[in-house]
Amino acid sequence: MSKFILKRLGFAVLTLAIVITMTFFLMYLIPGGPFLSEKAPTQATLDALNAKYGLDQPVYIQFKNYVVKLFEGDFGMSLKQRGRTVNDIISTKFPVSAQVGGLSIIVAVLVGIPIGSYAALHRGKFWDRFFNVLSTTGIAFPSFVMATVLIVLFSVYMKIFPSYGLEAPINYVLPVLSLAVYPMAYISRLMRSSMLDVLGQDYMRTARAKGVSQFRILFKHALRNAVLPVITYLGPLIAYTLTGSFVVEQIFTIPGLGKEFIKSIMNRDYPLVMGTTIFLAAFVILMNFIVDIVYKIVDPRIKLN
Amino acid sequence: MSKVLLDIRNERLSFFTPAGEVKAINDVSFSMNEGDVLGIVGESGSGKSVTAYSIMGLNAEPGRLIGGEIHFNGHRIDQMSERELRKIRGNEVSIIFQDPMTSLNPVYTIGNQIVEVLRLHTHLNRKEQKARAIELLRLVGISEPEKRLKQYPHEFSGGMRQRIMIAIALACEPKLLIADEPTTALDVTIQAQILELMIELKNKIGMSIIMITHDLGIVSTICEKIAVMYAGKIVEYGTVDEIFYETAHEYTKGLLRSIPKLTEKQHEKLVPIDGTPVDMLNPPAGCPFASRCSSCMKICLSQMPEYTHLSDTHYSACWLLQKKELTKGEEEENRG
Ligand SMILES: Nc1ncnc2c1ncn2[C@@H]1O[C@H](COP(=O)(O)OP(=O)(O)OP(=O)(O)O)[C@@H](O)[C@H]1O
Ligand code: SF4
Ligand SMILES: [Mg+2]
Repeated sequence: MSKFILKRLGFAVLTLAIVITMTFFLMYLIPGGPFLSEKAPTQATLDALNAKYGLDQPVYIQFKNYVVKLFEGDFGMSLKQRGRTVNDIISTKFPVSAQVGGLSIIVAVLVGIPIGSYAALHRGKFWDRFFNVLSTTGIAFPSFVMATVLIVLFSVYMKIFPSYGLEAPINYVLPVLSLAVYPMAYISRLMRSSMLDVLGQDYMRTARAKGVSQFRILFKHALRNAVLPVITYLGPLIAYTLTGSFVVEQIFTIPGLGKEFIKSIMNRDYPLVMGTTIFLAAFVILMNFIVDIVYKIVDPRIKLN
Repeated sequence: MSKVLLDIRNERLSFFTPAGEVKAINDVSFSMNEGDVLGIVGESGSGKSVTAYSIMGLNAEPGRLIGGEIHFNGHRIDQMSERELRKIRGNEVSIIFQDPMTSLNPVYTIGNQIVEVLRLHTHLNRKEQKARAIELLRLVGISEPEKRLKQYPHEFSGGMRQRIMIAIALACEPKLLIADEPTTALDVTIQAQILELMIELKNKIGMSIIMITHDLGIVSTICEKIAVMYAGKIVEYGTVDEIFYETAHEYTKGLLRSIPKLTEKQHEKLVPIDGTPVDMLNPPAGCPFASRCSSCMKICLSQMPEYTHLSDTHYSACWLLQKKELTKGEEEENRG
């Protein structure tokens, strides 16, 4: 176990190092710069700004400086949001995205797993076919289409749910739903097929032959086996959803990290791009690690190495 | 006189598939006394497993019992609710399956899976359950049972897993143990060990056994009586000696002929007889074996033969026997 953790830690550091290096140099290959936007500044101001943020130095020196700062846990200053550190921006924006994303995952899991199991248990019957149509639709619709449809339906026509901001709990409904639909549909399909597989397994017959009730057969013997593929899917899903969806945050005017990330790239806000990228990468690695551990707990056959 | 444990009368069970009705069990009757060991042989698809599972009321979808009576240990299995059946399964009648590699749930410890059946059918407390589980593992010859209880199925070999399956099956001291090809998936030396264990346990506990098998070697070593099944019917029933040495039915003869030498102490597999098995969706009106029988007569094609009783324990359904009976009767009449 400890050997596994050490090994994974080593890989994590290596991955992060590659991500940092690649992002840093690729960023400079993108044409344009942080100060070239709306009103063109004079050459003198530009030189002064570049000097202030160290952008006049050769790229490799800049890289060295960045890495040194990074080791102190300092992501640097934003170039565009005057006076704000990247650390500050991430730590205020991430919780917003994580809240919306986290809720959507909870909804997706709590709805997707029962629906998938139900469909499997009633294979070929009406509800199975009904949910099949529903989940196919759910998978086919991109989140921005879903978001638009939901807004038109529930905000414009029915006027039940607000379409922007996050002031009250009711504001969460539409963004959470638009994020939840795809994973919900995906999880229910995943769950259906793995449940069908499990229901046909010999150990299910053994359980019946022991006199176990239908309820316990389902909840003790089937569910734990059937949920394994869902756990695998949840790792990356959590990582990508909690860190925010640009599209959904844009549509619902949510001040989250996803929106911030895209904005930072458009603005060539180099430190902010670096900071969010590193944060995203670290988060993905962490989630995959957690999923591996959870998987091992649920399925004892898995050997960690 | 020993008590009747199991009495099946005219059982019919069909699978209602989209393609039509599969008559998997078509008028099957037999009975067993307490302590009997019955072998059921017959080629693949003849209805051996379906017959055995129906004794515990276990019918796979879309199977339905459509006729007959199943009396077991004072119960009417065919009339019991699922709830009542659950009290019997794993308790009064247990089963072990063909493939021990897949018959245990991979995500629970074997201790958990043994204790599960004790919790369902006994009033033992936790400590007693554990003690009983250890005792059971020891009974089926697994060393260091305390340690083994905490292990998962994948940490055991196939033979070991079949021993665990036997331990689970015996946990509540059932009246009847159904073994559905319990050694087919194991290699030969392990097969012998498992069989030895079953015979030993049978003598120790004194339960009845139904042994479903393809292996005539097994039948002759462990069973007292044999039911030969063909196309959802029992075509011949008798003691081991009667089946082997006074073979009555043409299908049974074919089965025995397909083994090179019976005297050799080898476990021979049954080689399928020439011709294809009956299409269970459209079974013939007469004897199901007619299309493959070299002695087939006209009447065989149109009418199902009745059972001819050859002794108290031996009967078979074949027109040849009926004919013999008839001529014998006529001879006696002529003499008289
Ligand atoms: N779930 C099911 N759905 C439809 N038909 C079935 C089902 N289970 C069994 N049958 C049919 O019932 C008949 C008897 O099957 P059964 O499993 O009892 O055969 P068997 O004698 O045990 O064969 P084997 O030696 O292969 O185990 C077969 O014709 C089979 O096609
Ligand atoms: S009844 Fe006729 S077809 Fe059937 S086994 Fe006897 S002789 Fe053969
Ligand atoms: Mg079978």
